[in-house]
Amino acid sequence: MSGTIFKVNDLSYTYPGGLAGLHDINFSVSRGENIAFLGVNGSGKSTLLKLIDGLYFPNKGTIAAFGEPLTEQQLRDEEFAFAFRRRVGFLFQDPDSQLFLPTVWQEVAFSPLQMGLAKEEAAEKTNAALKALGIEKLKDRIPYQLSEGEKKKVALASLLALDPEVWLLDEPTANLDPRTQDWVIEFILSLAEKGKTLVVAIHELEVAKVIAHRAYILGEDHSLAAQGDPREILQDEELLLRVNLMHRRRHCHPGLTHRHPYQHSHQHPRK
Amino acid sequence: MCRKTLWRTNFIDRTLAGLTEAIKQAVFAERYARLPGLLQGLDPRGKIVTFLALLIATALSRQLGVIAVIYLLTVILAMASRIPLMFFLKRVWLFIPLFTGAIALPAIFNFITPGQPLVTIMTFAVPVNWGPVHLPAAITITAQGLRGAEIFILRVGTSVSLSVLLILTTEWAKLLRALAALHFPRTAILIFGMTYRYIFLFIKVAEEMFLARRSRAVGRTNVREQQNWLSYRLGFLLNRSTKLSNEVYLAMLSRGWNGQAYFLDDFRFRWPDAAWIAFTIAFCGGIIILEKMK
Repeated sequence: MSGTIFKVNDLSYTYPGGLAGLHDINFSVSRGENIAFLGVNGSGKSTLLKLIDGLYFPNKGTIAAFGEPLTEQQLRDEEFAFAFRRRVGFLFQDPDSQLFLPTVWQEVAFSPLQMGLAKEEAAEKTNAALKALGIEKLKDRIPYQLSEGEKKKVALASLLALDPEVWLLDEPTANLDPRTQDWVIEFILSLAEKGKTLVVAIHELEVAKVIAHRAYILGEDHSLAAQGDPREILQDEELLLRVNLMHRRRHCHPGLTHRHPYQHSHQHPRK
Repeated sequence: MCRKTLWRTNFIDRTLAGLTEAIKQAVFAERYARLPGLLQGLDPRGKIVTFLALLIATALSRQLGVIAVIYLLTVILAMASRIPLMFFLKRVWLFIPLFTGAIALPAIFNFITPGQPLVTIMTFAVPVNWGPVHLPAAITITAQGLRGAEIFILRVGTSVSLSVLLILTTEWAKLLRALAALHFPRTAILIFGMTYRYIFLFIKVAEEMFLARRSRAVGRTNVREQQNWLSYRLGFLLNRSTKLSNEVYLAMLSRGWNGQAYFLDDFRFRWPDAAWIAFTIAFCGGIIILEKMK
């Protein structure tokens, strides 16, 4: 791992209307690193990804991408914007936001064409991406005819067609059945094996442990509550209870119903 | 059962049926476009150009017989493209009398189109002058008026039939790509494509809203409450579409949107396309000769 991809300093963001989005955020992402941002709904994970993708801009603080400041003005420079979009891909939480064209084929071909590839090359990359995800048979389908899992695969194929070096993934396993969730986790791990830099917003602790080298936890006050090795900080029950990522809840086992934090890190007491 | 309850049931059920029907129609239309029929197998670019030529021929023709020949060709093409005949006829002729009939109706009378009277509808003692309105002593249907209305209705029916046939035998996405290949404004084509893609999402959302209401509709509700509910849900749908459009724009930016739309097509111009274009040219030539034989 060498080189810094993103460097975020003292970042704060407020939504139009005055609602707090993020407060005093500092972190950096190195090349080839896999980072997970964990937090409850509304803690600012998606907003943070949009900020480092140059879709929103901070009210305070700075973001640098590939050693250059990532600002609205900088992204107006076509050359910079082209290079940045070519290197960074964003998977949106809701595939319906990302899949805006009438067919799967057009959807996957969108980015290669926007990036100025020749038609033959764009077609080649589109076919390769569809094949890599095993969805060639969906190519003439209309997005509204697809299941949630298929939509997610098409959205991933649309990024793969461009093969960016940085993947920003917003809740990649949300609203999926267990089999598709596992498939997505495998896909993310295959990206990591290829040396891609991954920044993943997620609230499933077990998934974060599997895919991330480092985890940042966002609290409900929209600031960073902790950071570290996910296998270590996600054992900190007190922290997880404080940021609402874990609850003491009643649950059942054969012959036993009891209440404790949902992670089973201890032996159940005999009734 | 009281009237209020009946109205409530009909209002929800009718709206639900309408929403479901809209999706069903679109799915069926796409299914017809994928059948292995005559027109489905042709290059959409050639199809658009030739159908445009047939539409112009229909619009310029002044003879009922000539327009009837074009209409006959349209029906034969629909049958050769495996479009069920009754479905095709109903899709066009259920609405034509309603809209064009209303426009053409006044033209059959002598106060709009003077000429040889066929039937007398009404007589007055003297011609009527009501401000700018002048009516003759006898209001009649004229032969010239009737002929004009026949030509008008058949022309509109043939034009609509041609347009419906083009849409039924061409997948919407291919139609848009073909328009792009023919140098229609690309941004407009992109907007049409996105509209088509999202309209189904919102139909689905609306359908779920109505289903949720039906699942909770116990007892009687009055018209005012239903109107309030409907306006609230319309507002919700508008709000949701605004939020989604913002997200879609961000997704477009993130994927490299720079204000220019590009399209990828895999159209192949083959011998059946050349044969179809040659046939259309010959057919339009025949139409011109028929017109001059008047």
